[in-house]
Amino acid sequence: MTTRKKSTVANSARRKFIIGTAAAGGGLAIGFNMPFAASAAETKAAAGAEVNAWVVVKPNNTCVIRIARSEMGQGTETGLAQLVAEELECGWKNIRTEFVTPGENLARKRVWGEMGTGGSRGIRTSEDYVRRGGAVARLMLLQAAADQWKVPVEELTVADGVITHAASKRSTTYGKVATAAAKLTPPDAKSITLKDPRTWKVAGQPLKRIGTETRLDGSLVYAIDLKLPGMLNAAIKACPVFGGKLVSFDNDKIAGMPGVKRAVRVNGFTVAVVADTWWHAKKALDAMPIVWEEGPNAAQSSATIAERLKDGLTTQTNVYAFRNEGDALKAIEGAAKKVEAVYRTPFVPHITMEPMNCTARITADRAEVWAATQNAEASLAALSEQSGLPLAKCEVYRHVLGGGFGRRGGNQDFIRQAAEIAKQFPGTPVKMIWSREEDMTHDFYRPISQCKLTAGLDANNKLVGLHVRVSGQSINAWVNPAAIPDGYKDARQLQGYDSKPGDAQLGYAVPNLLVEYAMRNTHVPVGAWRGVNTNQNGLYMECFIEEVARAAGVDSLEFRRGMMAKFPKHLGVLNAVAEKGDWGKPLPAGVFRGIAQFMGYGSYSAATAEVSVNAAGEVTVHRMVLGVNCGHAVNPHQIAAQVEGGAVMGLSALLFEELTVENGRIVQDNFNTYPVLKLAQMPKIETVVVPTFDFWGGVGEPTICVVRPSVMNAIFAATGKPVRAEPLKAAKQV
Amino acid sequence: MAKLNINGRTHDVKVEADTPLLWAIREQVGLTGTKYGCGVAQCGACSVHINGELRRSCSMPVSTVKATDKIVTIEGLSRNSSHPVQKAWLEVDVPQCGYCQSGQLMAAAALLKKNPNPSDKDIDDAMTNICRCGTYQRIRAAVHVAAKMAAGGNSAKAKA
Repeated sequence: MTTRKKSTVANSARRKFIIGTAAAGGGLAIGFNMPFAASAAETKAAAGAEVNAWVVVKPNNTCVIRIARSEMGQGTETGLAQLVAEELECGWKNIRTEFVTPGENLARKRVWGEMGTGGSRGIRTSEDYVRRGGAVARLMLLQAAADQWKVPVEELTVADGVITHAASKRSTTYGKVATAAAKLTPPDAKSITLKDPRTWKVAGQPLKRIGTETRLDGSLVYAIDLKLPGMLNAAIKACPVFGGKLVSFDNDKIAGMPGVKRAVRVNGFTVAVVADTWWHAKKALDAMPIVWEEGPNAAQSSATIAERLKDGLTTQTNVYAFRNEGDALKAIEGAAKKVEAVYRTPFVPHITMEPMNCTARITADRAEVWAATQNAEASLAALSEQSGLPLAKCEVYRHVLGGGFGRRGGNQDFIRQAAEIAKQFPGTPVKMIWSREEDMTHDFYRPISQCKLTAGLDANNKLVGLHVRVSGQSINAWVNPAAIPDGYKDARQLQGYDSKPGDAQLGYAVPNLLVEYAMRNTHVPVGAWRGVNTNQNGLYMECFIEEVARAAGVDSLEFRRGMMAKFPKHLGVLNAVAEKGDWGKPLPAGVFRGIAQFMGYGSYSAATAEVSVNAAGEVTVHRMVLGVNCGHAVNPHQIAAQVEGGAVMGLSALLFEELTVENGRIVQDNFNTYPVLKLAQMPKIETVVVPTFDFWGGVGEPTICVVRPSVMNAIFAATGKPVRAEPLKAAKQV
Repeated sequence: MAKLNINGRTHDVKVEADTPLLWAIREQVGLTGTKYGCGVAQCGACSVHINGELRRSCSMPVSTVKATDKIVTIEGLSRNSSHPVQKAWLEVDVPQCGYCQSGQLMAAAALLKKNPNPSDKDIDDAMTNICRCGTYQRIRAAVHVAAKMAAGGNSAKAKA
């Protein structure tokens, strides 16, 4: 390793960033509870030395690990820190974390890579470079000590940030050599051999999550909690009918109300009231006369949408044959036994507990936002577009998210709105907060769909043909229509039915298989909802396989196994769950079991559910065993937390959740009209993590897709009747 | 104008009588640990204690709160997070995003005050706050741990 002196310019730029991030106060410093107005001297002393982009070492041996992805409760902050700390050998107790900003990422040529946090990618697509970042920093710190002692670096050992030269009985700390290390030329990251995950000591451990203390005493500053000097607040309302327009609003009627500044047009269909406090803004917004032009979409309803989707189940026009292997229709036609079913899933909202919000401050040459975002770079781009200022004059200060679930990623509506409002109050920070009603009625919902499945069994009760026809709304058609070949061949809507391995492969071999999609778009905005299209597709496939197994008179686990010989990883997690879930063993009277398996986000999932149904048809879920093979398990404890969370969201959707459309608008607008799962309905969840150490799969989303079908199959077992629509309360099938 | 006694301190707040206590706490007093989640007393993110009783502050006009009423928010639940529910939440590693947890902790503390050794059924009945991340299983476990801690013993895990 050679040494080189960094130019003063480069060093000062680095120092400026470290200070700048702390001094941002409402932005990056939140992770550490730094006081808003820490003095420059304090900040500088605490700053430490940036060894490389990922690691800053402070004189007291604290290692600050930079986090590029977003933390929204999914534990990625902790997992990424474990991966860096593993290679850094700094000791877990010595680490702190820091969220970098997209402006700095851009200024440093994206040294931290991608910041978007969705699709369960947070760890699996950054594990390599963050581990190398930790390893490079370790080698530089060791080299600095070796240079100081004039001994070969190979003779040094390190543990918990303490470097030792055994031969001369000398030791030092990362904190003491960090400044010297920062001046060295880093080794080639690609040349480093990373640790074998089977030997991990920090990663792979069930460590507790970083930052929990701040969530127990009210001290964590979420974006919605931000206070800035002179800040105003805004409440916002969009046209209740999607696609409608804002015609006019009457500022005079609210002019005298307490604290009110004025109402402003946000875009063609949205108005906001700005006031000293949010409560004043909301009260004035509710009192202000607004004229909407609802437009033709006001004629749309759940009934019209359902009809359109139903047509998609049988149409022969613009049907995308995603998989067409053998001749499924012929095989089914000639089969000894035929099974057919139609399933339906509704629109559902994300409902992050922290409602959409964003604070913006815009001047002639600077645009800043403070936000909870799943994609800080997309936020930066949205801010730049909306403010009209170049990216270099924009910045996004990131807060820990009060929930994400896909709502705060692909659609940056909250950034654009806050920027547009703040533009009209130049230099003044304006915090925009959505009411829960606005949040529930102007989401980007999980798309509505229906699915018709037809199967043929031969005389030996083997599945010889399967026809899957999905009809429903396309996410890509809403967010990125150009991504859809020929305008209707949208593979994304068939997530989980892939033939190719690695991401979302269907784990069954069917000799004659036809999987089709008929796009049926609506005027209702749609987007990514935890698990995205594996939710519907997993439900359709796994509930139908249950129906087919029953028609065949074969145990549903055995029926599945019979088609899974070529899919050892799918089968492995199914077997693990069957064993832990006591498949085939006796249950208390009145309790029945269901099972399901599916794949998404590069990980393999399976579940069993134990359910009873009383005489009134009420369903109680007693116990679920959920299994996941995510390849490498960076933190089994946090993986279990995600599995539990997915179980809650999946069960909530199955038992309670459905948004309906009347007169073009969403009917349900708060928890009093839209109940969700509460603690009383929470079954016992047991998580089985079965890593095979040969790939990197996602964690936040994969298991949600097996939650509902396993429960629905248990209800089928209990009642003898298949469940083909959710939610159960509306379906009245039990 | 209203006088509010919050966490042992009296605050004079300049608000209209119909202002919800939640927004007086957050925007006038400046304590933001108490959260807005629904505004209709359904989710419990805004939970506080008033004279020891669990209340949902988003749907309580300040005019219904007397100057002598003792309001406790998450910031005043204990010194240094020493309340058994806070210690138990840390031990069980309950929070995910954490946004609802102020309210969950206030609800759990109120439950344990009335019922120091709650059954699962008691917890189900009392803990009606919404958590969208899905931490319910850990909340249930942590309430039991907190009950043991409050009874003077160590937690289940510490004993094991």
